[in-house]
Amino acid sequence: MWDGEAAWAALPVVLEGFGVTLVATVLAFAVAMVLGLALALVQRAGPRWLALPVRGAAGFVRSTPLLVQLFAAWVLVPGLDAPTLGVLVLGVHYATYLSEVYRTGIESVPRAQWEACTALSLPRRRVWRAVVLPQAVRNVLPPLGNYAVSMFKETPLLSVITVQEMVHEANTFGSTHFAYLESFTLAAAVFLLASWPTSVLIRRLEARLAH
Amino acid sequence: MPTEDLAIRFDRVTKRYGDQTVLDGLDLEVARGERVTLIGPSGSGKTTILRLLMTLERVTDGVIHLAGQPFSHMPGRAAGKLVPASERHLAARRRRIGMVFQQFNLFPHMSVLENVVEAPVHVLGESREEAGRRARELLDLVGLADKVDARPTRLSGGQQQRVAIARALAMRPEILLLDEVTSALDPELVAEVLDVLRDVARRTDITLLCVTHEMGFARDVSDRILMFDRGRIVESGPAAELLDSPVEERTRAFLGSVR
Repeated sequence: MWDGEAAWAALPVVLEGFGVTLVATVLAFAVAMVLGLALALVQRAGPRWLALPVRGAAGFVRSTPLLVQLFAAWVLVPGLDAPTLGVLVLGVHYATYLSEVYRTGIESVPRAQWEACTALSLPRRRVWRAVVLPQAVRNVLPPLGNYAVSMFKETPLLSVITVQEMVHEANTFGSTHFAYLESFTLAAAVFLLASWPTSVLIRRLEARLAH
Repeated sequence: MPTEDLAIRFDRVTKRYGDQTVLDGLDLEVARGERVTLIGPSGSGKTTILRLLMTLERVTDGVIHLAGQPFSHMPGRAAGKLVPASERHLAARRRRIGMVFQQFNLFPHMSVLENVVEAPVHVLGESREEAGRRARELLDLVGLADKVDARPTRLSGGQQQRVAIARALAMRPEILLLDEVTSALDPELVAEVLDVLRDVARRTDITLLCVTHEMGFARDVSDRILMFDRGRIVESGPAAELLDSPVEERTRAFLGSVR
């Protein structure tokens, strides 16, 4: 049965966990955005000897489960605390997806834009920085946002390497107070309250960019 | 004519895509400051000539020279042997050439002014103020002084094309390539673009190479018109002469079809 008192007691604990979840998501997504862009650029414009192995490694990370990667990193990488390691693994995992998103964005920039750059003799670096990437990123803002939301919903996996994010905290509270129903319901509600408006915002953005 | 007075020389240039031959051993010379118009049916290779000059395509065979120096090729290790040009060789020389495209190809995420100052600042190394001042002059020349802060997408096709002309001129090219610059425009917008180009032709000594179906414009600005068909020059001559009394049957038929 629903115990209102237990739920009230669980609320601050769950919210504190939410803070950790949010920070982890923001940091990991920052890692994913920067690394994803680097991966996309190396595969598209880098030397062959680098592009090929990078493509292979990214494909490998993309096709193995995040959970396994977390455990593997936890065992194999010494000297990093759990939150840092969790953020890095999550960031690298998503970077491999975002690199594909960036690739689509780069391919969506018409050839005519590249030709205009050649006709103006713009140096390669400047072409990427000033002409191609601004247009490419704008074209993929909606999928980037969707990945941010889905990463947010995957951060509970960090609990397996003892990161005290929201679901971890809800679980601990549930076991000590025997109030799983209340603590997990609260955690679910917080996820919903955070994800849903974000998805709506992304859909609005998508509609606005469409014309 | 001594070679240094030649802005452009095509020496037996061939361009093939797969087994389709677009240009077939073309010889072409354009003097410094000369205005040459290329006419002919679509697919006859006119646009390919401009694209080869702008290095958007590479020649299959033959050599393109700029101002008497090899452009599409460069000296190889063995004496007297030319090898296909490196990106570096091309980059050092192609800034003498500017191009205006059929579809304008402006940068949609930049303002009109940013479009025009981009290359002078980042290629010629001009300061932002200097480039900005000159960009405003050029935008004034093309009649768009009041649109400096507008986004290209907010402008009409004719206005966008005039911005593209200003953007090309901002690089102070010696040679300007015009690739069917009015073909994508609504008929009522064609005149404003052509007027600007007539003005440019009158005020500067720039070498012009245009591909166009606007015979009135060709007559006004060109010193010489070349009639193309299937990758070869069918007939060439002074503008009025070629337009009023073409010798070749092929030219007569073509002129009849565009009038």
